[in-house]
Amino acid sequence: MVVALLSMWAFLPPSAAEAKKLNVVTATTDMAALAQEVGGDKIQVESIAKGYQDPHFVEAKPSFLLKLRNADLLIVVGLQLEIGWLPPLINQSGNPKIQVGAAGYLDASQFAEILDIPTGTVTRAMGDVHPLGNPHYWLDPDNGRRIARGIAGKLGEIDPPDTAYYQQRFQDFDQRLSAAEQKWDAAMKPYRGRKVVTYHNSLPNFAKHFGLKVIGYVEPRPGIPPTPSHTIELIGLMKRENCKIILVEPYFDLKTPQSIARDTGAIVVQYLPSVGGEKQVTGYFQLFDYDIDLLTKAFQATQ
Amino acid sequence: MRNKMVCALVVCVLTFPAIAQGAPQQGAAPDSSAIEQRMRELEDRVIALEGQIRALRAAQGQPAPTPAPASGEATAQTAPAPAEPQAALARAEQGPSLGGAGGSAAKALNPDISVIGDFIGALGGNSQQNIVSLQPAPAFQMHESEVGFQSIIDPYARGDFFVSFGEEGVNLEEGYITFTALPAGFVAKAGKMRSAFGKVNTMHNHVLPWVERPLVSNNLVAGEDGIDDAGFSMQRILPAPKGIFLEATGQLFRGDAGDVFQSSRRSDVSTVAHLRAYKDISESTNLDLGVSYARGHNDMGSDFLTHLYGADATLRWKPLRRSIYHSFVARSEFIWSDRQQLPATQKSFGYYASADYQLGRRWFLGGRYDHSDRSRDHALTDKGGSVVLTYWPSEFSQLRGQYRFTRYANDIDANELFVQLIFSLGAHGAHPF
Repeated sequence: MVVALLSMWAFLPPSAAEAKKLNVVTATTDMAALAQEVGGDKIQVESIAKGYQDPHFVEAKPSFLLKLRNADLLIVVGLQLEIGWLPPLINQSGNPKIQVGAAGYLDASQFAEILDIPTGTVTRAMGDVHPLGNPHYWLDPDNGRRIARGIAGKLGEIDPPDTAYYQQRFQDFDQRLSAAEQKWDAAMKPYRGRKVVTYHNSLPNFAKHFGLKVIGYVEPRPGIPPTPSHTIELIGLMKRENCKIILVEPYFDLKTPQSIARDTGAIVVQYLPSVGGEKQVTGYFQLFDYDIDLLTKAFQATQ
Repeated sequence: MRNKMVCALVVCVLTFPAIAQGAPQQGAAPDSSAIEQRMRELEDRVIALEGQIRALRAAQGQPAPTPAPASGEATAQTAPAPAEPQAALARAEQGPSLGGAGGSAAKALNPDISVIGDFIGALGGNSQQNIVSLQPAPAFQMHESEVGFQSIIDPYARGDFFVSFGEEGVNLEEGYITFTALPAGFVAKAGKMRSAFGKVNTMHNHVLPWVERPLVSNNLVAGEDGIDDAGFSMQRILPAPKGIFLEATGQLFRGDAGDVFQSSRRSDVSTVAHLRAYKDISESTNLDLGVSYARGHNDMGSDFLTHLYGADATLRWKPLRRSIYHSFVARSEFIWSDRQQLPATQKSFGYYASADYQLGRRWFLGGRYDHSDRSRDHALTDKGGSVVLTYWPSEFSQLRGQYRFTRYANDIDANELFVQLIFSLGAHGAHPF
């Protein structure tokens, strides 16, 4: 009875403000871009982290609480990506709708194909390992489609009258994404099987989709800064494997990657892991356009 | 709960063919493209199932999402559930009960557990540490081992426990329930907690940028434990001009806090109030201001009150593109103590000013200036300063060296060197802000 009353109470505020746009807050810009694709003009969406920021180390600024307290839906990347900053923000938001497990809390990882799920014992000797799998899963367009579908379903759940609208938006997104995917796949096809090194292990889904081989990382372990001994090992590995590309996220220092590049004749590519990493990368499509353009040029240059 | 999850899964699986049918068939060769389409559908269904299994495993210890029954039932009525996904779900649910995995299913209900060790070594002389209760004292000490248990209790609340094992015994540092689903944006806490008086008082030892606490904390705000008492807390974000975060906190405690407050009878409760204003000056810079007030009865008896007034200011800088390499925090707190005692009320004042700069990914350099009267005799003023260098091997351990100079009120000087090692086990806690 109490639960029934409380759940009724929980549903009251949205129906009272039905004419208003749904207020969606996301942890990262990629989730915001996907939510915007399916939410159209029925939602207002804002991301907490910026696209050029390391999503592991966002500060729990009180100004984010101002966004969260009025949110109807909070979309998180999950898999403990936001564990260092989001939980206190959710607790202090004073917003029952977005608490973990409530109707307005959506963990997008449930929809996506997740790689690098550790098997066996997980210890921090492996670095800042994510026991539930690699959280950088949005960089596979097929996952983008799955996440968008999941978000469309959730938006319909929160805002039932507009269910058909969200589904229609998703269909439209799906078609545009399929067309774009053909273009991207074609652009990357000549480079399938090429070997790359990344700074952090943030590209497994991208590499899987486009057939790249990630042979090593500049970080000796996830979240551990480069060490001289590991760097020497990596240089040896790159020379043996004839790997000529080092991919670096915009929030990492370029010093070590550049010194590796000098020793191996490789080139450093500052790719973008997230929407908004550069001004012109305003959406999910632009993100792939940007990265694939960078990569194909780099592959051509190191033929 | 299991039924709800079955419904949710069925809905999930059922919607995919519907969506796929809606998508236009494209490609010249109908056979291969149909097979490809079918393959994609199947792949999507497998990934959706994997996601559901992950969600189930993760959710076993947590409350089911409230809307699931409503939407699940609605869709289940329009489309009867096929047996296959249900069977798959049943298999998924049986999964954890097989073999060694059974233990992990039971553990899903356990709270997040963490242990943080705080080891301190000290060098140099300090003849005054018995007069002014300045931590730390011995050459080596396992100063504190803080065990944290944190979990969501139910859809309406979460619980946090921090038990600290020190040199002299065990102490419940904090243990409280937080009601996160109250109406009108209120957040309430009940239990034992560090009060919201200023900044340093709210911080656990391991998140301080120093080995010890400032002189003003020791002299006026009950030292290391600070105002840490049993009671209630209520906080709410207040309406403010755009871009300004304004939050008010009101707290009611039993009235016992170290040498500051002492309750002689049930009505000797203490109160703490805090108002915080925060503004992002730019994307990388922000300013955090606060005023605090505390009132309680002191060890002279029920008729003697101590009033504490505080003001704090924090300026932070952290460029987002290089957030893991460089940052700067400047912080200061001013505290006035008004202590009724015989023969005359003592009005004391103290403050500290500190700054910390992150030199690189692993190195932090900081300094602090201390100045504080003593609460029982405002004519006695202690002063001091510290230089601190911190090294972070990883997010989960840090090594810190601190040189501290103190000039006590009676013109006795102390030069000390501290080395601190903080190490963290278990659940990944939130980074302090």
